[in-house]
Amino acid sequence: MSDPGGAVLHQFDDLDQQVEAGRLGMWAFLIQEVLFFGGMFAVYAVYRHRFPESFAEGSHHLDVLLGGVNTVILIGSSLTAALAVHAAERGHARGIVTWLVGTIVLGGAFLGVKAVEYSHKFHDGLIPGSGFVSAQFETENVEVFYSLYFVLTGMHALHMVIGVGIMIWLIALTLRGYITKERQQYIEFFGLYWHFVDIVWIFLFPLLYLLGRHG
Amino acid sequence: MSAQATSAAEPQRNYLNADYGIKSWLLTTDHKRIGLMYLLTMTLFFFLGGAFAVAIRLELATPHGDLVESETYNKLFTMHGVIMIFFFLIPSIPAVLGNFLLPLMLGARDLAFPRLNLLTWYLFTIGGVFTLYAVVSGGVDTGWTFYTPYSSTYANTHVIATALGVFITGFSSILTGLNFIVTTHKMRAPGLTWFRLPLFVWAHYATSLIQILGTPVLATAILLVGIERLFGVGIFDPKLGGDPVLFQHLFWFYSHPAVYIMILPSMGVISELISTFARKRVFGYSFIAMSSLAIAILGFFVWGHHMFVSGQSVYAGVVFSLLSMLVAVPSAVKVFNWTATLYKGSIQFSTPMIYALGFLGLFTIGGLTGLFLATLAVDVHVHDTYFVVAHFHYIMVGGALMAYLGGLHFWWPKITGRMYPEFLGKISAVIIFLGFNLTFFPQFLLGYLGMPRRYHVYPDEFQVLNVLSSAGASILGLGYLIPMAYLVWSLKYGKRAPSNPWRASGLEWTTPSPPATFNFDRTPVVTTEAYHYSEELGAPRTGTDVREVEIV
Repeated sequence: MSDPGGAVLHQFDDLDQQVEAGRLGMWAFLIQEVLFFGGMFAVYAVYRHRFPESFAEGSHHLDVLLGGVNTVILIGSSLTAALAVHAAERGHARGIVTWLVGTIVLGGAFLGVKAVEYSHKFHDGLIPGSGFVSAQFETENVEVFYSLYFVLTGMHALHMVIGVGIMIWLIALTLRGYITKERQQYIEFFGLYWHFVDIVWIFLFPLLYLLGRHG
Repeated sequence: MSAQATSAAEPQRNYLNADYGIKSWLLTTDHKRIGLMYLLTMTLFFFLGGAFAVAIRLELATPHGDLVESETYNKLFTMHGVIMIFFFLIPSIPAVLGNFLLPLMLGARDLAFPRLNLLTWYLFTIGGVFTLYAVVSGGVDTGWTFYTPYSSTYANTHVIATALGVFITGFSSILTGLNFIVTTHKMRAPGLTWFRLPLFVWAHYATSLIQILGTPVLATAILLVGIERLFGVGIFDPKLGGDPVLFQHLFWFYSHPAVYIMILPSMGVISELISTFARKRVFGYSFIAMSSLAIAILGFFVWGHHMFVSGQSVYAGVVFSLLSMLVAVPSAVKVFNWTATLYKGSIQFSTPMIYALGFLGLFTIGGLTGLFLATLAVDVHVHDTYFVVAHFHYIMVGGALMAYLGGLHFWWPKITGRMYPEFLGKISAVIIFLGFNLTFFPQFLLGYLGMPRRYHVYPDEFQVLNVLSSAGASILGLGYLIPMAYLVWSLKYGKRAPSNPWRASGLEWTTPSPPATFNFDRTPVVTTEAYHYSEELGAPRTGTDVREVEIV
């Protein structure tokens, strides 16, 4: 019944059990996230197979430079998130706050760039639905590509917004002195989530921006 | 044993009388209270879904559409399906009995994530409110399957509200599964190894795997339908380059495994009931445990059998046909093992056992007719007929619902601390069994003769069988009302239950009825395998010991 720091919740016998349960739960959560995005990737694969030329033409209208910059920003935010986890392992409250703020800044920058890209698409008549100008394309069904582009990047951006919300909550908890060394898993589990969201982008970037571009 | 001696007297401090007031329920993190909240919410949905079934059967009593119009009829069967599947059958056993029993069976004080557990109830309820909104504001008529492009483009009913309700409830299901998986892995009492677990736990573990792996894909499918409908984006609409059959693939990738979300927990319940009332260890314990996992895994590779006539590749159809038949193997393993458990058992025909025996017969019929439907050529003949309707009602009502009611009776003394009236219990179990068969067996014949599902006008020669079915439905409805009445009655007037009224093995029966808030005074130490009944007397040997450490 060791409970240093009073961090053990009533249903657990000790801290080890609590940490292991939390970790398994977090991984199980990420597995269901994989399936959620997996369904959308499956839809992407089906339509890419069906309309290869349309997808190639559609990806030519995406901004590789902005997408590439965003990729670098996001990988950088994974580094700051990892540093926050590292600080939590040491029990450095200041380090946690610093690196989480850094992650928020980078995540915000990513979302800002994404917003710029979205507004370009709006001006170019690339928003699927009534505003879509299909006359500018040689192939048909480019609209399907853009539908998937917005669904996939939109769901990814939504996950980032949720991640930023969680970080603000974690910063508040840390400043109140709640995140002690015994509760470092709060930061660790958030790190897992943030890295997962990054990895989704690592797949999205080549699938949407790069693949078929020079084909 | 000491618990048994004390519990018959005045009620001691337990999870029900630990605290009163609405807040102590709405903000509780006690898995037992959350299970009860689910029980209440889900019973409401059950009777609402049942009301739609009543309207359907009334309409079908005559061959002409004299009660409702076609549009109304479409809404009736849609809302019956949506409510019964997403708001009753899928959560029923896991969220009520699983929630209540899993920690007790594992010797734990609660689930691994009690607050997450409470959140699932709120998600379930919020999803239900959206669906209820759709119901009262005019309904939805897409069928519970939401097939595109009808759902995404053409239907002018409340598709979005309903889909949103299902979407939100899906998260409840995912998080319940997550909670159960972690709890089973990390919260088992000392000595409770995997192969000492009750089969109820194995079944729920397998169910949870499906909930985590399948439900997110349903979320994807519903999300895409919603986006297409809201923004006119072309994902499934063929006019815009989309493929409506792709929706069917995504939908059934979840919704076929969802059938196993409904039936696997009920198989777990049946293992407990049969072993207890045959006074025998379950025959082939490890085979039943592993067949649950096999069903969960195989279930992910058979979705195409819903799409034999959708225009998917013939070769895909052949493969899906073969794989679907493979699911029959682990299912049959279970049925044979249960039957072998009965052999030379000291069988006691109490209410839960009548439900369990009813389950055996009805599930077998449902399973065998499933093989008909898995056969490519036969399915082309009976596809979208009442044969399919009869088949899945034998699985879901004859199987899942019978087991749910059997389990509810079996654990009622533990949940409420009161006994239900045994005589009425037996009577209503028999009424339900007979009413069920009269309702749904004629539908096999109707389907085989060619009556299509989802139509409310039919040729005159089908009337006799339809009237039989409607008559059966009224008996079935009566059968559901009786337990509803006497279970509520028993809350106040039922005999006080001892801690182990069935002389069953299992950790949950070592606690008082009803259990204390944190379940066990001391963490139990398990020293024997599950279902440890002595061969001569049928008395359970104490399978537990208490550790000498006080829980703080």
